[in-house]
Amino acid sequence: MNSRKASRFLRLWQVLILAGVFVFWQVATDPELLPPIYFDNPNKAAFFFGQPLEVLARVWVWFSSGSIYGHLWVTLLETVLAFVIGTASGLGVGLWLALSPTAAALLDPYIKAMNAMPRVILAPIFGVWFGLGMASKVALGVTLVFFIVFFNVYQGVREVSHTVLANARMLGAGERQLLRHVYIPSATSWVFASLHNSVGLAFVGAVVGEYLGSSEGVGYLILQAEGTFDINSVFAGILVLTAFALVLDWLVTLAERRLMVWQPRSGETERI
Amino acid sequence: MQVSAPALALERITVTFVSPVGASATARFTAVKDATLMVRPGEFVSVVGPTGCGKSTLLNIAAGLLEPSAGEVRVFGERLAGLNRNAGYLFQTEALLPWRTALGNVTAGLEFRGVARAEAGRRAEAWLQRVGLRGHGHRYPHQLSGGMRKRVALAQTLILDPQIILMDEPFSALDIQTRQLMENELLELWSVDRKSVVFITHDLEEAISLSDRVVVFSAGPASHPIGEFEIDLPRPRDVAEIRLSPRFVELHTKIWQAMKQEVLKGYEQQKSQ
Ligand SMILES: Nc1ncnc2c1ncn2[C@@H]1O[C@H](COP(=O)(O)OP(=O)(O)O)[C@@H](O)[C@H]1O
Ligand SMILES: [Mg+2]
Repeated sequence: MNSRKASRFLRLWQVLILAGVFVFWQVATDPELLPPIYFDNPNKAAFFFGQPLEVLARVWVWFSSGSIYGHLWVTLLETVLAFVIGTASGLGVGLWLALSPTAAALLDPYIKAMNAMPRVILAPIFGVWFGLGMASKVALGVTLVFFIVFFNVYQGVREVSHTVLANARMLGAGERQLLRHVYIPSATSWVFASLHNSVGLAFVGAVVGEYLGSSEGVGYLILQAEGTFDINSVFAGILVLTAFALVLDWLVTLAERRLMVWQPRSGETERI
Repeated sequence: MQVSAPALALERITVTFVSPVGASATARFTAVKDATLMVRPGEFVSVVGPTGCGKSTLLNIAAGLLEPSAGEVRVFGERLAGLNRNAGYLFQTEALLPWRTALGNVTAGLEFRGVARAEAGRRAEAWLQRVGLRGHGHRYPHQLSGGMRKRVALAQTLILDPQIILMDEPFSALDIQTRQLMENELLELWSVDRKSVVFITHDLEEAISLSDRVVVFSAGPASHPIGEFEIDLPRPRDVAEIRLSPRFVELHTKIWQAMKQEVLKGYEQQKSQ
């Protein structure tokens, strides 16, 4: 079997599994199709678990009426801002600390402590500091993203090959050129390794922030639906968030493919 | 500058590595002790010695990448402080910038020195052609074979026209055919404008077939030169053919006699470690 056929086969099965889950979900929560197994009332399953057809209908209404776009825009903007600011500052601080051992030694315990701290707990504090608007969500996302990128860059700079470094110096590179032509490219490959995690965490920051207090965003939608026990809307919100998280992840993959051409990837041959 | 000054003079070099073992204790290891090595302008000198005897260490001293614990380095009569700006270095292990293409690697040194990009590109193309890599400039190091990567490294170093070329077992990772090809190419490039070369190897045949002089180092620790041999074989040479000449065999036997004890010593040490 050639590889294209194999990958199409895989896709088919992936879609079938998704469909299967939805069908099971629908059948198990339908008040009529099956006798109640666990709950005493046939409507209770749908009340607790929602129903996929209802959920999809909710998503459809959100998009066709356009009521979701504003919320989605806010959440995505928070995510992207947190991601960009967190990544840039993680890269900057990571490079700085990796290249100045004294500062790194001095700050070491604080960095360890801040990383060990469950940083989601900062959300209420950010709410107080930055208000209930976007800034507090971005701040939460930044604290989550920053450390991941920071540690990767720090590691990446320390693992720059001594030979490559010595070679660049012998070729006449000064300190700034070493930074630009050796340390940063080397650290970038480590940043990309962490970017899939960070984009997910930027999303977590935005949604959790909204969930804890806001007046707009998809997290806010979910919170509202929960307040009225509208479980279908909660699931619809989760579905939309998941879809957009996948899109962001895919964008990172695209950027990675473009920028990391110099990295060896397995299986680069083509059969003619 | 004195007219007769050697291109490179390592004078009574001692290198002691200090490495921490445990909390307060440190271990000292003297890799090279009292080593003296002179290289005349335009001379091709090979340094042979058993693996681990301190050859790379000595070359790092000559390049200014490492400070000797005692002794000093003179470059064309001037005392060396910091990096050796007159030297080009071909490393034993992979040293190309993996995020740059072959062409980008060859232009790197020129860019660092502020040569305009277009000019650097033009000169680099010419050098890629000289090392037989025309049309491969757009490839990244991982897309090249080991031999091609060595050629890129050679072009990367030689494009800067260094007065002294330091080479650390540059061909030891290559298969024998590629290796002999590259050795011949190296001799050809070198014969155009004879630079001073320090060529490190653990392969005596390679040393004899390339050099004007072979310096034999003792096994470590505290390695030092134990013999120097002028190689009076005629040039130009073909490294594969010259190995069959009677004079080559004679020289090989003579140098091998001097080396044998050290190689065995080095081997015993490695076994006991
Ligand atoms: N940075 C270092 N710290 C401690 N020991 C070292 C260091 N570099 C090299 N050595 C030791 O010095 C000796 C010589 O090493 P090297 O010059 O690489 O040998 P060669 O190139 O001849 O194979 C080895 O025993 C090695 O373990
Ligand atoms: Mg070595």
